[in-house]
Amino acid sequence: MAKRTLFGAVATLLVIAAAYANFFVAPTERTMGLIQRIFYFHAATAWAGEMVFFLCFVANLLYIWKRRDQYDWLGVACAEVGLACITIVLITGPIWAHPVWGIWWTWDARLTSTFVLWLLYVSYLLLRTLIEEPGRRALLSALFGVFAFLDVPLVFFSIRWWRTQHPAPVIMGGSGSGLDPIMSKVFFFNVFVMHLFAAFLIVERYILEKLRHDVDVLQREAGAQ
Amino acid sequence: MKNLESVFAAYIIGWGIFFVFFLSIVKRTSALRSEIERLKNSLPRQ
Repeated sequence: MAKRTLFGAVATLLVIAAAYANFFVAPTERTMGLIQRIFYFHAATAWAGEMVFFLCFVANLLYIWKRRDQYDWLGVACAEVGLACITIVLITGPIWAHPVWGIWWTWDARLTSTFVLWLLYVSYLLLRTLIEEPGRRALLSALFGVFAFLDVPLVFFSIRWWRTQHPAPVIMGGSGSGLDPIMSKVFFFNVFVMHLFAAFLIVERYILEKLRHDVDVLQREAGAQ
Repeated sequence: MKNLESVFAAYIIGWGIFFVFFLSIVKRTSALRSEIERLKNSLPRQ
């Protein structure tokens, strides 16, 4: 418990440090101005969300292979945390887009595939509420989770494969892409902080799922007597 | 300071979502701990 509290406190302090860096360390971008500062939070949260969905995918595969409850708990923990990240991405993106593009939303490849990703993981969580039997629920949601993850590479490569309204990648985008060195440092600091914060949330959510399992076991014991 | 409100809105909404999500985990965890205590007390001691 003390270790988890310390983890949470460190993650929260780093979040505050990242916010400070976004507003006071990173230089103001020449053409977009102040609104570009959303990028550090928006893109770092998107990267963390995609990494969390990858972890969910690994947990789902491991559940299908080993059939251990712990992998099911990790899968659902990652699905919820990843969904929170992608929800933020889908809200902060349009807030940035409106002053820059003049529109809140457009159905281009990046935005559409991200929205589909959000729908897929909402479906993953809804599916779990529809199945009573724990083993069947874990297996079917793991199978669905593997299918849902197929959209993550599509989201990542959409701005590389197709011409989109969404900006081309500034990181790993090939020649002509790149960030100012200070902007780059601030961005990667945000990426680190968001991954750490996501890890903290996954730990907390995993413990919740374990407790739910303990309640099920106790209820069965109580029912048997 | 053009678009300052939009930048603040993005950060406040974003961190608000994380905060509400974390609170929901804390609330659900607390309810389950209480349920475990109740069930343990309802089972006869061995």
